[in-house]
Amino acid sequence: MSVALLFDLLLAAALLWCSWRALAAPTLQRAVVLFIVFGLLMTLAWARLAAPDIALAEAGIGAGLTGALLLDALGALRRRGGTGEKA
Amino acid sequence: MKRLAVSLGAALFAALLGAALLELGPPAATLAPLVAGTLAQSGVTHPVTAVLLNFRGYDTLLEIAVLLIALIGLTAVARRGEAPAATAAVEPVLTTLARLAAPLMVLVAVYLLWAGAFRPGGAFQAGAVLAAAAVLLHLTRLLPAWATPGTWLRAGLAGGFLLFLAIAAALLAEGALLKYPPAQAGLLILAIESGLTVSLGLILAGLFLFLSEERR
Repeated sequence: MSVALLFDLLLAAALLWCSWRALAAPTLQRAVVLFIVFGLLMTLAWARLAAPDIALAEAGIGAGLTGALLLDALGALRRRGGTGEKA
Repeated sequence: MKRLAVSLGAALFAALLGAALLELGPPAATLAPLVAGTLAQSGVTHPVTAVLLNFRGYDTLLEIAVLLIALIGLTAVARRGEAPAATAAVEPVLTTLARLAAPLMVLVAVYLLWAGAFRPGGAFQAGAVLAAAAVLLHLTRLLPAWATPGTWLRAGLAGGFLLFLAIAAALLAEGALLKYPPAQAGLLILAIESGLTVSLGLILAGLFLFLSEERR
């Protein structure tokens, strides 16, 4: 088994694990952080698939801006009296 | 019991999906040779940019229109009134870092825009970097949240789309929407991408800054 294949398999497993953990996370904050990690791993996956254009867009918009928006929304939820957690 | 049935059903579906994917034959039509063959007429040398801005420019035109409409809808629900003034930042290290990073991010955005013609890059990535710089400045309280957009901001938000639309409409006289003459294609694509970068940066930053409440 070559190193590249091993890395790809590891990446795919990490993506699946991350997405599952993000969906099943007990708190919203953990879910948001896992979503950002998922976006960064996805960037790696696009780069491995030889699609650097999509990797750039995913890193900038998917992981960066969406993550910032979600974190800000979480902060706004908390300030408004909600705990920002699932009921 | 119900849980088990759902899990079994999902597993069966996943297995069927995987089997179906493995059964797929080679795709009937590949467009890559077509793009490679006509790349010389597109005005750029990077195939992704050629597809986005030239061969399928119509899709990109509609994409920027969708983003603009989304932002207009957002300003309708965002809070009215004066944005609270940015207060002094609490973390001097963070502020200094943001001040250092923002000009570099603008430089990276310009590089990505320019590089889009011949290597991975382009207007969307450059706009995202610009927007990220604005969000960073806002989070370090160097840039206040946006209230009702003024004339300049409105012009900036809509400018990229309007420029794209104007070029598309002007090219209608040549016979087809967004069919660039090969001699001027590179210049037209660069003009459209420059406008798109500014507008996309403002639109993506606006998604954050119009909704943001200043921390008090």
